[in-house]
Amino acid sequence: MATVTYTQATRIYPGTERPAVDHLDLEIGDGEFLVLVGPSGCGKSTSLRMLAGLEDVDEGSIHIDNRDVTHLPPKARDIAMVFQNYALYPHMTVYENMAFALKLRKTSKAEIDRRVKEAAGLLQLEEYLGRKPKALSGGQRQRVAMGRAIVREPQVFLMDEPLSNLDAKLRVQTRTQIASLQAKLGITTVYVTHDQIEAMTMGHRVAVMLDGVLQQVDTPRALYDKPSNVFVAGFIGSPAMNIKTVSLTDGGAKFIDMIVPLTREEVEKARANGGGDKVTIGFRPEDCDLVGPTEGGLPVVVELVEDLGSDANVYGHAALDGVSERFVVRTDRRHMPNMGDTVFVKPRADHNHAFHAATGERI
Amino acid sequence: MTTTTPVLAGQATAEQPPRTMAGRVRKRLNSRTATAVSIIIALIWTVPTFGLFLSSFRPEDDIKQTGWWTFFTNPQLTLDNYNQVLFGRSSSSGQLANFFVNSIVITIPSVLFPIAFAALAAYALSWINFRGRDWLYIGVFALQIVPLQMALVPLLSFFSRGVSLGGITLLPAWDLDNEGKFVQVWFAHTCFALPFAVFLLHNFISQLPGELMEAARVDGAGHSKIFRSVVLPLITPALASLAIFQFLWVWNDLLVALIFAGGGREVAPLTVRLAELAGTRGGEWQRLTAGAFVSIVVPMIVFLSLQRYFVRGLLTGSVKG
Repeated sequence: MATVTYTQATRIYPGTERPAVDHLDLEIGDGEFLVLVGPSGCGKSTSLRMLAGLEDVDEGSIHIDNRDVTHLPPKARDIAMVFQNYALYPHMTVYENMAFALKLRKTSKAEIDRRVKEAAGLLQLEEYLGRKPKALSGGQRQRVAMGRAIVREPQVFLMDEPLSNLDAKLRVQTRTQIASLQAKLGITTVYVTHDQIEAMTMGHRVAVMLDGVLQQVDTPRALYDKPSNVFVAGFIGSPAMNIKTVSLTDGGAKFIDMIVPLTREEVEKARANGGGDKVTIGFRPEDCDLVGPTEGGLPVVVELVEDLGSDANVYGHAALDGVSERFVVRTDRRHMPNMGDTVFVKPRADHNHAFHAATGERI
Repeated sequence: MTTTTPVLAGQATAEQPPRTMAGRVRKRLNSRTATAVSIIIALIWTVPTFGLFLSSFRPEDDIKQTGWWTFFTNPQLTLDNYNQVLFGRSSSSGQLANFFVNSIVITIPSVLFPIAFAALAAYALSWINFRGRDWLYIGVFALQIVPLQMALVPLLSFFSRGVSLGGITLLPAWDLDNEGKFVQVWFAHTCFALPFAVFLLHNFISQLPGELMEAARVDGAGHSKIFRSVVLPLITPALASLAIFQFLWVWNDLLVALIFAGGGREVAPLTVRLAELAGTRGGEWQRLTAGAFVSIVVPMIVFLSLQRYFVRGLLTGSVKG
């Protein structure tokens, strides 16, 4: 059981100017499942590897349970890691793979046997203990990699995209297994993924990163409802939020003839700090309605309709200030428009997000 | 987005002509004519060896008067040649048994030492970060271009005079006699083998997945443990193929052994004796044929027993898993 604290942790790869991880401040509570998410190259894996001790920390420090581990080798940190391609020892059986770390710590034979059997039971691997990794399926290998981490009974679990090598169906299954396993064991877990659905479904809290900088840390719910800047707003949610920068009037943001209302304070904040008379407005595809031609909606020409079974995504474009902009709307299946139709889109009141046009910060 | 469409692969490969150049070549090499041609070439290649083999069993007079192919019209076999070569008491006969042992004494350490050192060096050059690592590797790699013959005299003087710089002796002369000369041969063979061995093993070890090393480090292993428990078991095919190369080279070597061990009965290997048989007893070449086969036996055994690894070793770099 442990907490993890990054304090101004920075990693600059030799020969590069820009830090891969830039002054990261992050606190992870005891028993928490924290997901690091972001597009590739955002520094999420590097942050994890810094915690594992596989990557140097150039500035700042990292503490596990108030113990400074910044410059300790991996083996002194009491952590266990699950790698993207599992990194199982190909010449050892499943049993030996799981027992390897324990053997290195001179754990007694009986204790090793007990722990390996227990982990194997937890992961339904009992039948495969005598097999080599190459005789296992992808899902089984993934479970062995988990087992190898579990038998250690470490202070912190680190997982680096452990599901990305599985097929889509197995990924969904394993996702829930990992989450429930973590809940059962109660071990602090840091989980890296580029997949925002994994992040939203598994994490107690989610940390979104971009270009080495932490953008926002919050619960999945809060991240979705109150993204702190344009990047987070666009990254979380699928299909992505409609985010457009439009002219600002005293009453709100102007989409051709449609006005998205903003309060007086919001308008003032948008004008401050070089915002000019522009504002960035975002609304989620599911937070708008298709209305009649006379009800003041934004006219959008439909390009594509994706029927998802439960509902449908309507993709289309509208000309804003002479520039053609794309929009996505989620709609009821019963009211699916056809390609080429013009629909009128109206964001629901109080469900839109306003951001400063210049800084991208939430207003 | 998590949903990915499964890619349908491997459906349209069977009947269409291969598209790439390599594919076409591979296909042609798999045809029946190609197989037949390669069998014929293999047979032609084997004929001289077969002739030598047959000759080694023919009586002295037959060998000297007729070719081995006359055996089929006049089949006469004898083990006299082998008997003379291996156990003959007169100084003119082979007495190969003794030299055979010398060859083994020379070969085994000369194979094991360079492989052990090269594996350690290759691991360090691949997975331990230290300053100047790449330059060191390039240096070792470049040493392969030094011809062995160029190093003979300096190495010999190193053994007999030691190393001195400006009158100060840094290393004394080795002063080795008789059986001690084996040490010189081992040393020389190890030196000459190392650059290539390091190069070959470095290629293998540096291609092991880095995450494996990281997993081992997180599991609590240090470098020596990683080397023993993770790296060594995974590079056995490479070690075996290197061992075969080095074994064949040392076993067949005449030059290094003759120079560093000399032609003395206590230390000279088989090859030295075989050369003497040919040189001083040119007339009696019935012994040569038998002698040659005695010296072939061991490499054959080594090759056949390690062949499995040899083929795999050559492929390991290219085929994943």
